[in-house]
Amino acid sequence: MKNIDSKTAWNDGDVQSIVGRLLRYGVVTASVVAFLGGIAYLIHHGKNAIPDYGHFVGQEEAFITIKGIFHGALNLEPTEIIQLGILILVATPILRVLSSLVAFTLEKDRLYICITLIVLCIIMVSIFGGIKG
Amino acid sequence: MTIFLFSIILLIGAYFAGLLGSLTGLGGGVIVIPLLTLVFGVDIRYAIGAALLASIATSSGSATAYVKEGITNIRLGMFLEIATTIGAVGGALIAVYTPTNTIAILFGVILLFSAAMTLRKKNEAALTEGSKLSYLLKLNSSYPTKEGIVQYKLKNIGGGFSIMAFAGVISGLLGIGSGALKVLAMDTVMRIPFKVSTTTSNFMIGVTAAASAVVYLQRGYMDPGIAFPVILGVLGGAITGSKLLTRMNTRVLKIIFCTAIVFIATEMIYNGIQHHF
Repeated sequence: MKNIDSKTAWNDGDVQSIVGRLLRYGVVTASVVAFLGGIAYLIHHGKNAIPDYGHFVGQEEAFITIKGIFHGALNLEPTEIIQLGILILVATPILRVLSSLVAFTLEKDRLYICITLIVLCIIMVSIFGGIKG
Repeated sequence: MTIFLFSIILLIGAYFAGLLGSLTGLGGGVIVIPLLTLVFGVDIRYAIGAALLASIATSSGSATAYVKEGITNIRLGMFLEIATTIGAVGGALIAVYTPTNTIAILFGVILLFSAAMTLRKKNEAALTEGSKLSYLLKLNSSYPTKEGIVQYKLKNIGGGFSIMAFAGVISGLLGIGSGALKVLAMDTVMRIPFKVSTTTSNFMIGVTAAASAVVYLQRGYMDPGIAFPVILGVLGGAITGSKLLTRMNTRVLKIIFCTAIVFIATEMIYNGIQHHF
């Protein structure tokens, strides 16, 4: 905003266009991966009876750790491919916050670099803080 | 029922959930929870996991357009995300200690409130004088309208921030975007024009939902068999909804849908009180 007269400086328009595009690519990628996983899942398990979703059991290790999801997806396990899609979907808004951090840095907006870092820290605590209970 | 049939029916159901959520402005996740619990008898924890994913998908998908048009106030969104993410993590924490029936009742209450919010009179006036904090935090901005660029200013930043933290808790606890609470904070308390408040709220929902989604993912709330039909269906419905929105008058639709939502909410509260979850 304040660098409006300088041609090389970043402005809000650039930031908005990058942020907007990132969100769309993330969602498209996640949907495609989940769709492919879903097709594979239906081919392999489509004829089976549905699991008892009325009782909550939580998940097996493979579904809930990044390592487990990647390992399973690399072995083309349908359920882990779907979980990989979920992982990409959840990562998209987090990447958006990261891209805002880059953008505010380019704009040299110190206040908003701090604010963005605080948001990132909270999310990191949520991921790695062991608060799943 | 076979997995194939379940997936197809869920996909169609999720499509209508996304459509309904988009047309009423309630968001993609809200209808997914009653659909899964009341119709399919799925445990509410799996439903919450799926709803969170639906919220992230529709928020990120539709935010794109508004961010590009420059309506979304990115600084305001980022500042308020401090409140919503802290709230969301807190909500995910207390969810473990909250009985599922209580969650169902609370969900019904929030649903009723959200339906009422979609029918309220919207704030279109832009403030010309903001509070001291609004200048300090560089929150005042402008947005394009048919009549040209409109400048607006904010007040009651502290009050708005507090409601946002509460919206975050509800979002983390129930797995919904709680867009209605976010709009209440921005529109009614901080006096932001509704076009800016709804798009900024939508922009924030993804990050808020992601903050608690990472906790729920590790807890095993996200089942792949439920997740993939829900994500694809809700996204498809939301895309159709956003196309329909530009073409028709949604006032009548909104009243019809809100009536339907009142029934769903009552059903959730009733079942919660009867300990059916």
